[in-house]
Amino acid sequence: MRSRRITALLAGTLIAVGVTGCGGSGRADNSQPNTLTYWASNQGPTLDADRSVLLPELQKFSDRTGIKVNFEVIPWSDLQNRILAATSSGQGPDVVNIGNTWSASLQATGAFLPFDDRALQAVGGRDRFLASSMTATGAPGQPPAAVPLYGLAYGLFYNKKRFAEAGIGSPPRTWAELLDDARKLTDPARGQWGLAIEGAQYTENAHFAFVFGRQHGAALFDGGDPRFDSPQMVAAVRQYVDLVSQQKVVNPGNAEYAHDTQLYGDFAAGRAAMLMIQSNAAAGLKSDGMSEQDYGIAPIPLPDPLPAGGKPVNSHVAGINLGVFANTKNHDGALRLVEFLTSPDEQKILNAAFGSLPVTPQAYDDQRFHTRNIQTFRSVLANTSESLPMIPQEAQFETLVGTAVKDLLADAASGKPVDDAAIQAKLAAANQQMKSSG
Amino acid sequence: MSTLTVPERAGDAGPARPGTGRAGPGLPRPTRKALPYLILLPALLAELAIHIVPMAVGVGMSLLRLNQFTLRNWTRAPFVGLDNFAVAADPYSPVGAGLLRSLGITVAFSVLVVACSWVLGLSAAVALQHRFRGRGVLRTLFLVPFALPVFTSVITWSFMLQRDTGLVNAVLTGLGLVHSRPFWLVGTNSFASMVVVSVWRMWPFAFLTLTAGLQSIPGELYEAAAVDGAGPSRRLRDITLPMLRPVNAVLLLVLFLWTFNDFNVPYILFGQSAPAEADVLSLHIYQSSFVTWNFGLGSAMSVLMLLFLLGLTAIYLWLTNRRRRDV
Repeated sequence: MRSRRITALLAGTLIAVGVTGCGGSGRADNSQPNTLTYWASNQGPTLDADRSVLLPELQKFSDRTGIKVNFEVIPWSDLQNRILAATSSGQGPDVVNIGNTWSASLQATGAFLPFDDRALQAVGGRDRFLASSMTATGAPGQPPAAVPLYGLAYGLFYNKKRFAEAGIGSPPRTWAELLDDARKLTDPARGQWGLAIEGAQYTENAHFAFVFGRQHGAALFDGGDPRFDSPQMVAAVRQYVDLVSQQKVVNPGNAEYAHDTQLYGDFAAGRAAMLMIQSNAAAGLKSDGMSEQDYGIAPIPLPDPLPAGGKPVNSHVAGINLGVFANTKNHDGALRLVEFLTSPDEQKILNAAFGSLPVTPQAYDDQRFHTRNIQTFRSVLANTSESLPMIPQEAQFETLVGTAVKDLLADAASGKPVDDAAIQAKLAAANQQMKSSG
Repeated sequence: MSTLTVPERAGDAGPARPGTGRAGPGLPRPTRKALPYLILLPALLAELAIHIVPMAVGVGMSLLRLNQFTLRNWTRAPFVGLDNFAVAADPYSPVGAGLLRSLGITVAFSVLVVACSWVLGLSAAVALQHRFRGRGVLRTLFLVPFALPVFTSVITWSFMLQRDTGLVNAVLTGLGLVHSRPFWLVGTNSFASMVVVSVWRMWPFAFLTLTAGLQSIPGELYEAAAVDGAGPSRRLRDITLPMLRPVNAVLLLVLFLWTFNDFNVPYILFGQSAPAEADVLSLHIYQSSFVTWNFGLGSAMSVLMLLFLLGLTAIYLWLTNRRRRDV
C-alpha cells in the first residue's frame, strides 16, 4: 500500500510543480514580504524544548521586522524527506535547517539559493562565520548552498564518578588508553559498560566510519568514485565494531539503539561510563538530571602512533546549516532571518540553549562559552575535525555505509564473528550499490 | 464491467428516478444513454486521480533519470528508456541481486503471514460459530488489533521486543526459556518478529471475514450432518470449508496483497534501514528511492513489483475461477 502511497505523494507533488510552474529561475521574488516559513531541525532533547527556545527569538525577529514567521520543528527522521518533497514540488519553507553534511547533496538539486557574494553580504559577510564551519556548506569552488547556524563536534564524555570508582585519574589520551579504561569500567554482571554507542542509527555509524577512516588514511571517494571497501576503511569499521565484538566494552544491546535519548539514559544512570557524542548532548544529559559537574569532556583520543597515512581527525565538521529555498516568495525577508539567526547576539542565546557551538567568532566573548567543556569542543572543531566529502553523493554514503555498519554491529552483538573478510564483503556490497545506482 | 448492466437498469427504472426528477425545468435532461455515465463520472474521476494517474506517473518516472540533480525540474529529467529496469532486473548486478533477495524475503514473509492469519482466523471463527455466553465479548476482543491505529500498536510491539528492556525477553528469561537475551529487532530474529507482529495485526481481518462467511451456511446442513453421525472434523472438512470456498478465494488474495505491500509494520519496527533479514520490498524500494535519492530506479522497482503482483493475481483468479466452474 505504502509504495503506492509514496508514488501518489510524489505524483501529487510533481503535479503541483506543474501547476505552480517549475519556477525558481526568477530572481529575488518578494511578492509575499510579510510572512516566512521556517523549518527548524531538532536540536534539544525534545521538539517542545526546541519550540520553547525558538519561539521568543522568532517573536523578537517579528517585532523588529514586522515579518510573521511560521515555524515548525521537524524531527531528524523526517527532515530529509520533507526537504526532498519540497524540492520536487516547489512548495516548501523559505528558510530551512539542514544537516551540514547534506550541503553538497542538496546543492546539486538546485533548490537552494546560492549564497553568492551579494547574498553573503546581506547576511553579514563570509567573515562573520568560522572558517572551519564554512568548509561544510557546499561543494568547493561553488557559492555555498547554506551558511552555518550551529557548530557541533564529537567529544568523549566521561562520567567522573565512574572514573573515580575505577581509580582512573584522567581521561584517556590515546585510543589504546581508551580501550584500557573501558575494559576497567566494564562489568556486565552489574550492568556497567565502558562505552555506549548508537548502533542502529546509520548516520552515527557513517560518521565514525569516516572519522576512523581518516585516522587510517582512507579516502571515501576518489573524485566521484566510491572507495568504501579499501583496506583502510575495513580497518576503520573494524575499530568501531571491535568495541562490541573483540573488546566487549559496549553492551551488545546497543546494537539496537537508534535514539540519542537511549545513550543519555545509560550515561546518566552510570550504565555506560563514556560516550562518543556530539556537543549538544549536554542539553540532553541535563534533562536526564545530569549536571555539567558530573561529567568531563575530552577530545576522542587518537591512535598513537597514527597508522601510516593517517590524519589526526577525531570529528567531522558537524553542525547545522541554514539554507534558503530558491522558490521563496520573500527573498529579502529570508535573508534577514538568516542574518538575524547568525548574528552574534542570537548565536549566544541559541547555542547556549542547545549546547552547540557558535559559528560566529564574536559570540565567543560570552562567558557561557568559556567553560572547559566548550573550549574542548571549540578546539576539536578548529583543529582536529575534517568535513565529510562535500560531493553530491555524500547522502548515499551515509545511508549505504551506515546501514552496512549497523548490520555488522548486529552480527557482532549476536555473537557472530566479525572479521576483516566479513567487513570487507559488506563494504564492497555498499560500494557496488553506490556505483551501480549512482 | 458495470457499465454493461447499468444502462439496462437505468432504462428500466421507469417513474422512480430520483436522479433525473430533481433536475430543474431549465436544465437540459440528460439522455437515457448519458445518465449512467454521468452518475459514474465522479467515481471515475476519483479513481483516475487516486489510482490511475499516480500509477501512470510512477511508470513515467521509471523511464527517467530522476535523482537529486534532476528532481527539481523533473519534467526535464533525461529520458533513459528502460535503463532503470535493466539495472533493477539484472540479477547479476548488486542492485538487481538485492532486489531479488528482497523479493524472496517478501514472498516468504507474505506466505507465512497469510497462512498463519488464515488458520488463526478460521479457528477463532469456527470456535465462535455457535452461541454461548461471552461470545460477543470475545469477538470484540479478537478484533482489537485490527481496530488499533497501526502506528500505536506496532510501536508498542517495538518496545516489547527491545533486547534489554523489552517485555518479551523479560518473560522468556523469567520462564527460563532462554539463557542469553536474544535480539528481536536486529539480526536474524528480526524476520520472525516482523511475521509475528504482522500476523497479530492481520488475523482479526481473516476472523471477521470468515465469521461473516460462516453466517451464510444454513444450520440445517450441520444438523443433517450431525444426524448422519459426522463429527466436528468431518463437518469442518465436508461442510464448512467447501461452503467457505468463495470467501476464502477473496480473503486469501486480499491478505496476500496487503501483506506483500505492507510498509507500515516493517518501517515502524525497524526504521529507515531494515536489517538484511527483514528487508522486504516496500522498505527496499523506499530505501532505493527516498534514502538514496534515486527516484527513477525506485520507480522501476515499484513497476516491477506491480507487474509481479498483477501476474500473480491473474494466475490466482484464473485458478480459483476455473475450480469454481468445475464445482
